[in-house]
Amino acid sequence: MSAAMTITLQRIAGWRRTGLLPVLILALAVAVALGAGIGPVVVPPDVMLAILLRKTGILLDVPVSMQQEAIFWTIRLPRVALGVLAGAALAVSGALLQGVFRNPLADPGLIGVSSGAALGAVAVIVLGISSLGLMTLPLAAFLTGTATTFFVYRLAQRHGRTDVATLLLVGLALNAMAGAATGLLTYLADDAQLRSIVFWTMGGLGGALWETVLVAAPWIAVSLALAPRLGRALNLFALGETEARHLGIEVEQVKRAAILLSALATGTAVALVGPIGFIGLIVPHIVRLIAGPDHRLLLPACALGGASLLVLADLVARTMAAPAEVPVGLITACAGGPFFLALILRARRQYGWG
Amino acid sequence: MKSWKPDHRSVAATGRLRQTLLLFSLAVAVLLAACGTTSSSSGVSPAETALPAPTSLPAAPASLTSSGEMAPVEAEPQLPATVVDYQGEQVTITSIERIVSLNGDITEIIFALGMGEYVVGVDSSATYPPERTKTLPNIGYQRRLSAEGILSLNPTLVIGDEAAGPPETLAQIRAAGVPLAITADPPSLDAPQQKIRFVAQALGIPQRGERLAARVEAEIAAARDLAQRIANPPHVLFLYLRGTDVQQVAGRNTPVDVMIAAAGGINAAADAGIVEFKPLSPEVVIAAQPDVLLVLDKGLESVGGVDGLLKIPGLADTPAGRQRRIIALDDLYLLGMGPRTGQALTDLTIAFYDAAQGSRP
Repeated sequence: MSAAMTITLQRIAGWRRTGLLPVLILALAVAVALGAGIGPVVVPPDVMLAILLRKTGILLDVPVSMQQEAIFWTIRLPRVALGVLAGAALAVSGALLQGVFRNPLADPGLIGVSSGAALGAVAVIVLGISSLGLMTLPLAAFLTGTATTFFVYRLAQRHGRTDVATLLLVGLALNAMAGAATGLLTYLADDAQLRSIVFWTMGGLGGALWETVLVAAPWIAVSLALAPRLGRALNLFALGETEARHLGIEVEQVKRAAILLSALATGTAVALVGPIGFIGLIVPHIVRLIAGPDHRLLLPACALGGASLLVLADLVARTMAAPAEVPVGLITACAGGPFFLALILRARRQYGWG
Repeated sequence: MKSWKPDHRSVAATGRLRQTLLLFSLAVAVLLAACGTTSSSSGVSPAETALPAPTSLPAAPASLTSSGEMAPVEAEPQLPATVVDYQGEQVTITSIERIVSLNGDITEIIFALGMGEYVVGVDSSATYPPERTKTLPNIGYQRRLSAEGILSLNPTLVIGDEAAGPPETLAQIRAAGVPLAITADPPSLDAPQQKIRFVAQALGIPQRGERLAARVEAEIAAARDLAQRIANPPHVLFLYLRGTDVQQVAGRNTPVDVMIAAAGGINAAADAGIVEFKPLSPEVVIAAQPDVLLVLDKGLESVGGVDGLLKIPGLADTPAGRQRRIIALDDLYLLGMGPRTGQALTDLTIAFYDAAQGSRP
């Protein structure tokens, strides 16, 4: 590679680094506007603005039908908001865990959150518990999801240290056990319960209400706000744990924080929208291929990218076969898979991998 | 206000035929009872010739009323109307201009009450009356509804039964300020009347509801009376089929169990100790030894008709399989617990009666 070419590549990389966040913010704004506006009933931007301003007491001279207001305010806006929160939570959790494990295949499922949450959700459905109304299932899923992660972490800990390989294997074992328990409950389920289980397992944002958003917001917001603080430490993690320790990083503390934050964020997201795969795995990779591996940029970029991707995927999921809905996980996999593959192949050509 | 009319001549004819059959089988039954237990084979033969063979039993006669149409009592619906839903919540309905019906049985009841012209959306389980439900906008499957699809039809009333869901969608509709009336749907023969009264109350036509409910109640009672004359109840095995992937039998605690018992049959699966829906296996079939197989039209179609059905392991070697005693009925007709439940019961009873005669040594 000639010197001139190296400089050009660095320049492009530099532009990508500074330009990435503004571009992603713009993309998220467009995704939110599209997600809130498009559907069986179209809500044009001026009507959206009029409805939003009316909530703050400012009246615009735009005709707004009752139906538009009901659909925009009580259905679409909570749905888009939940999509932003869940998409950001899943992508950031994925980035944190990939950083800590130094493993590109790490995703939030690895530490048991998803399988634990599934166990809680299925238990609530099969045992017919409904003491807390609509919030029973999310709460149970959140508790079992985070509890499973806690067990994984504690079991992998020895003399105050957690070995990454042990953590992965313990996670595998607990995932299998939670899966078996879920399978047993599924076997015991009757017809209607079986249908509910299948629908929950597909995941989706269809059940979003303002209450759901308000329940999810604090947990996910805290995780997202704290995650970038681990950025520098995770960059040094890439050199290896021993090296990071020598460079003054509290390795155990960083691991614990990363696992805790991703369990909190993913646990909340899975509890409310079901297991939506792929975002946690793919978004960090895409961002890394575009802007490099610096976690200080990677973490906020993943939050924005994950949010945009989930909101857009949900838009496709509910308009493709309207008024019926396609599971959103199918869309994220269908759209993300080929895109990811193309990026990998291009990067391989560019940098001469393999 | 338009009142309900049967749509075809042939439909009315089927209705008359049905009535004649019913009267005839009643007469035979009374005769048999009068003869005591000494029913000779000569006394049974007229019934055997007059009753349709089980495999050719007409599915879902389209006639809603056997005696003609219903004259509306209330000229105009009395609005606002108030109903108490299945969770004890009060719902007030101020307009029935645009109704979205969430379940097939509820749609059928609205049409039977002569209010079909106000329906603007139905779910995919709504198949009756066929020519009307086919052309109405479809909101998807009753257990997987989306609030946006429903609200885009601009409804003034959303009405359904317990099967409608998921609960989050119902919460969204309520949050959007649209009156949502959901009725209980117990798996019993009280369900049709209960649902009819609820729907009529919600639409502001309680008297019309009373009359329809009373008629359905009388039809069910007549069918049950008839069923009691079956001296030798046949063992009936209900099969829920969707191709070769889903093959289940229905035991106790299922709506079809209620129907079989009321029509004078013995649910062979329940008799073999099965509760709710369980996978079909050759062991279950052999333990059950059914005299009659009961299936849904779509299910029979999905396995390739009677010949395909009898290829399912075990079925050909049962009394029902050997004599090809198979009853196929429409889903909503047999299990909907709606305005036609009395007629469905009568169909079943006649078929069971026939089977009981045939299996007599």
